[in-house]
Order: sequence, then C-alpha cells, then structure tokens
Amino acid sequence: MPGATRSPLTFVVHLSVLLLVALWTLPTAGLLISSLRDKDQLAVSGWWTALSTSTQNVVFRAPSPETQTERDGKFVLSGNLLEGQQGEVSAFGFNSRDPAAFQPGQTAELNDGEKLTVKADGSFEIVSDTRMEGSRGQRIFYTAAVPPRFTLDNYREVLSAEGIGQSFINSLTVAIPATIIPILVAAFCAYALAWMKFPGRAILIAVVVGLLVVPLQMSLIPLLKLYNGVGAFFGVPAKTYVGIWLAHMGFGLPLAIYLLRNYMAGLPKEIMESARVDGASDFDIFVKIILPLSFPALASFAIFQFLWTWNDLLVAIVFLGTGNDELVLTGRLVNLLGSRGGNWEILTASAFITIIVPLVVFFALQRYLVRGLLAGSVKGG
Amino acid sequence: MQQLVFAIGTMIAGVLACAFYFFATNWLLDRIFPSKGLSGAKASQNLRTTNAIRPWLFMLPALLALSVYLVYPVFESVRLSLHDRTGQTFLGLGNFVWMLGDSEFRQSIFNNFLWLLVVPALSTFFGLVIAALTDRIWWGNIAKTLIFMPMAISFVGAAVIWKFVYDYRAEGSEQIGILNAIVTWFGGSPEAWITLPFWNNFFLMVILIWIQTGFAMVILSAALRGIPEETLEAAVIDGANGFQIFFKIMIPQIWGTIAVVWTTITILVLKVFDIVLAMTNGQWQTQVLANLMFDWMFRGGGDFGRGAAIAVVIMVLVVPIMIWNIRNAMRETGGH
Repeated sequence: MPGATRSPLTFVVHLSVLLLVALWTLPTAGLLISSLRDKDQLAVSGWWTALSTSTQNVVFRAPSPETQTERDGKFVLSGNLLEGQQGEVSAFGFNSRDPAAFQPGQTAELNDGEKLTVKADGSFEIVSDTRMEGSRGQRIFYTAAVPPRFTLDNYREVLSAEGIGQSFINSLTVAIPATIIPILVAAFCAYALAWMKFPGRAILIAVVVGLLVVPLQMSLIPLLKLYNGVGAFFGVPAKTYVGIWLAHMGFGLPLAIYLLRNYMAGLPKEIMESARVDGASDFDIFVKIILPLSFPALASFAIFQFLWTWNDLLVAIVFLGTGNDELVLTGRLVNLLGSRGGNWEILTASAFITIIVPLVVFFALQRYLVRGLLAGSVKGG
Repeated sequence: MQQLVFAIGTMIAGVLACAFYFFATNWLLDRIFPSKGLSGAKASQNLRTTNAIRPWLFMLPALLALSVYLVYPVFESVRLSLHDRTGQTFLGLGNFVWMLGDSEFRQSIFNNFLWLLVVPALSTFFGLVIAALTDRIWWGNIAKTLIFMPMAISFVGAAVIWKFVYDYRAEGSEQIGILNAIVTWFGGSPEAWITLPFWNNFFLMVILIWIQTGFAMVILSAALRGIPEETLEAAVIDGANGFQIFFKIMIPQIWGTIAVVWTTITILVLKVFDIVLAMTNGQWQTQVLANLMFDWMFRGGGDFGRGAAIAVVIMVLVVPIMIWNIRNAMRETGGH
C-alpha cells in the first residue's frame, strides 16, 4: 500500500506493533530470565528487576559455640554472614521481632552479655568474657543488598532431582517415531486420493475432511477399552510406546492425508502423463516423481506432527500412563505444578526445558510451518 | 538412552515394514494380473483389474488406522454414552438426563460458551490487526515471527508461563508476578487472579488467545497479500482513507479466510483441556467440557458412560462446522 506507508499514522503503527510484540514475548522472556536467576532472589523480586541489586532479608545461624577461639582472654566466634557471596549488609539484629535494629559497624549486646558486631562486608564477631555454652549457634538477622546473580543451578537440579531428564528422553521416544511412521502411510493414501481414479474417491476425501475435526475426546474411552482388551488377551501391558505411536499415527493421519493430497493434486498433470506414456506404473510414478517433489509438504506435516506429539498431554497420560518412569515432559510439568506450586525456580527451569525443543524446531523450520498452515490446515495446532 | 535406541530401532523397522508392504503388494499385483508381454483383450482386462485394485492397496494401511482410531471410536462412544459406567447395562438417555441436572456440567457448558464467544473472536481480531499493521513496517517479519512463536509452545508450558504472570503474593510483600506488580504499581491491591470466580475464565482464555493469534495472523496475512492490487489502487484514486480501505475493500475480500480461521479456532476451543487442567483443574468454577470428560474417565475408577456422554456433547457441537468444512472441500475439489 504505497499511499499508507507515508501517512502520519506510521509512527502510531510502529508503536502499536511494538506494544503487541512486547505483550506476546514478555511472558516467555520472564520465564527464561527467572529460570536463570538465583532461587533466593527469584523468590523475593520480580524478574524485571533481575539486573538491579536486590535487598534480601535473611536469617543466618552462627556456628555453634564449640568452634569458639580464645583471644586476649576473651572468647570469640567469627565468620561471614554472606558466606563468600558478594553483597553489602545494610542492617542486622538478633531478634526476629526487630531484625534490622542495628547498623553495620554497631555492636549489639546479646541477652547473655555477649557482644555481636557486624561489618558492612558481612564479617561478624561474637565476643564474650566467659566461655560460650550450648550447642546451637546464635541466630543473626540481616538485611543485605545483593548484586544480581545468574546461575544454571536450577537446570542442574530439575534435570537430576525432579525427573525432567528422564521425561525428556520419554518425550523424544514418543515424538520421533510418532512423527516419522505416519509419513509413508499417509503419502501413499494421499497419492491415491489425488491422482488415481476409482469409485468412491470423492466420498473418501469427504470422510478425511470430516475426520480432521473429530474431537480427540471421542476416541479416548473406546481406545482405552480396546487397548485394555488387547493387553489382557495377549498378556501384554496395555500402556506401551507402540500403543502411543500408533495412536498418534491414527490421530495425525487425517491432517497428513489432507495436506499431502492438496499438495499432490496441485502438481502439474503433464509430468504424470508423460511418465505414463513412457510406460511407468502408478507405483513408479509415485516413488520416483511424486514423493521427491512433495518434500515441502512432507516437511510441513512432519513439523506439525512433531510439535503436536511433543506438546501433547492428553494422549500421553491416557495411553502411556502417569507413572514416574513413563511421564512425558508435559505430564511431568503438570505434576510439578501441583507438588512444587510455589517453587518458581523449579517450575521455570522445567517449563523452559519443555518448550526449548519445539522453539528450536519452530525457528529453524518456520518456513515449512507457515507453508503447511497455508496449505489449508483445518486442525490448527 | 536404551529406550531411545529401542524407539529409533522400532521406527526404522516400522518404516521399512511399510515400504515392504507397499512394494510387495504392488509386485504381487503385477504378478497375478500381468499386462506386459500379453496382448489384446487379456492385457487390457488385466490392466483394468490392477487399476481398480491398486488404489485400495495404496490406501489400505491409512484406512485401517483411520477406522480403528477415529471411525470406530465415534460409534463406540455413542454406544457407550447410552450405557452405564461399565458399558454393560443399557440406560437409554439416562446419562444425558443426569447431565442436565448436574451443576458441574451446566457450569462447564456455560464456561465453554464463554470460551467460544471470546477466544475465536479475539484471536481472529488480533491476528487481523497484527497482519494488517506488520505489512506496513520494515521490521514486520521479525514482529510476526515473535508473535507466531507461542504456537510452538505446549498448552502446559504456556500455562506455567502465564501462571507466573498471574502469581500472587499477599498485599505488602513484593509481587513477583508481573500482573500484580503492575496493579500494585498503579496503587491497586494484588489479587489471586485465577481464583476469582467468573473472571478467572478470562484469565485462562488469555492463554489460548496468546497462542492462537499467531495462527490467525499467518493465515490472514497471506490472505491480505492475495488481495488484487487494482482494487486497492482504485480505492486510493477514489479518495478512500486507510480505514475505509481496510474495512470496506480489504475485509470483504477475505471473509472466506476469516471464516476458516474462526471455525478452526472454535474447534480447538471445544477441545481445550490442558490449559484448564494445568491452571485450575476446574476449581473456582472454571470447569470446561473436555476437562470434565477426562475427570469422569478416571473418577472413582472411571465412569465410561458419563465420560462418553460428555464426549458426544462435544462432538455434537463440532458437527455443524464439520458439515460446513466438508461442503467447502467438496466445492473446491469438485473440478478435480
């Protein structure tokens, strides 16, 4: 639109698109930034403050009196509140009712006559005239300004302790075969529907279009019964990877056939006619000409199917189960939402591991994804 | 790791088996009804026979899978919906009568209608606006990629992302959810958004809108670019302004595409499950049909009758769109 580009509204257009882009990206950005933050900082300040110094209120327990040393006739316990990390203490106290009673450098007199001194750099000293008794260390409350800290600890923790590593492998196990296996099956069927003449073809195309929108919910209960029946009959477990691969294949086929048929039907007729004149059979034409030419459509479908199987939750928990060993990433994440609802360092890191593979696929192969959508997908995600 | 090797091994075996099936049946067909080397009537008859059989050989595996995984379950679900929890005793319409009296079901229907009203409309609206705006600026493609990105994120992942946005801390303490931080910055008091009955539905819908806007934008952007230049030029010459061109020239020409986007998102909305399960699991009056169905599938050992009945309700809501899609597809492929 040559007229519109130079209108005075251009500035407004730039600004509103910027605003929309911010709305659409900030939630994900917040998740990524949070997953990289130190968990203590993450719990007390918003991710948008991640680059600024944060103020923390911390309780520190001094070493037990057994570690006291004798110096000039006095008994001394010393150490550092910040435990080697950077930061600056701005106030301290020894009572939970008044945790910021003293300024750094001041000396606080504890209840039993001991004297506590805390410096701004976090070093502290408890001095007593008599030998300190007891086995528990003194509690010291302090407020400190801590510089931003980024770490991969959250990722390390969820990969090992929270079972995300195992689930990652499970998700791959489900998604890769479920993506590859249907392609050939769908391609042959699509070719028959696009280029072979037989009675009932129009009806079959209509059926495929109809099946595109059949809700998954319709299939769940009958298939669950079927799988249980087959499992009991042959004495094999009802919930297996083979079962879920076949289920994903069945659910993905309408879209695959529909996409590929549309694409193949759009290929020029002359190629096939000249091959047929040369004596090639339908099988040769399909394998040697159509299949290589259909690569873009095959890629589009493969991306859809991969995203769909990787991101799926419903099929996985119904047909693979919810046990600790077979949970896929989405299922694990739902479980963590329940059990670790407040531990955002765990949730954000887990969620990011869950979404990173599809995001990489998305950015690397976006071209094919868009082409697939435009080829008239009516399944839509 | 071992399991991954097993998976890839099975996958290769599966693909090879498929390839073998197609190759072997095709070879067998040519052997049984040879047409090469024969002459006259016999050859042409054999050719006709193979041409009649071959399509079905090509389609057999796909048709089998479709029958087992989609066609048979539709009929079986309808049958089960007329039976009790075990699938043995015939109840007639008993499950559907129970439904009408069940407050949770009525809640779900009400919420589903809210979703149906709001999500397709807003996704299409934002998609259209963004498609139109990004066409006019030099960094439009970057903007589109970023807005399209949530399409790749799972519903569960998106639920975690947005739960973090809605995170609530008691008044007075530092908010780490950005929504409450903004609210308190403007002097409001923080809310636990997803526990506010009625309004929490909208906070859940935002997630689906966030995901689906990219889909709408991509399709509508292509449609906008497909509008013939001449119609726009004619409008400019006639003195139409930007808004008039958009609403009176462009929109009417892409009605068909808007309808496709709208119905596609509508179907998705009817099946929405993961978002509700992950965010609230239907608590605080956010239940929807798909989640209720899943619930009944396993509640108290599983009530397959009621579960199937709810699935049938979802299916019935989908049927009009299905018929509309089939009619459109028949019209398009009619000439081919």
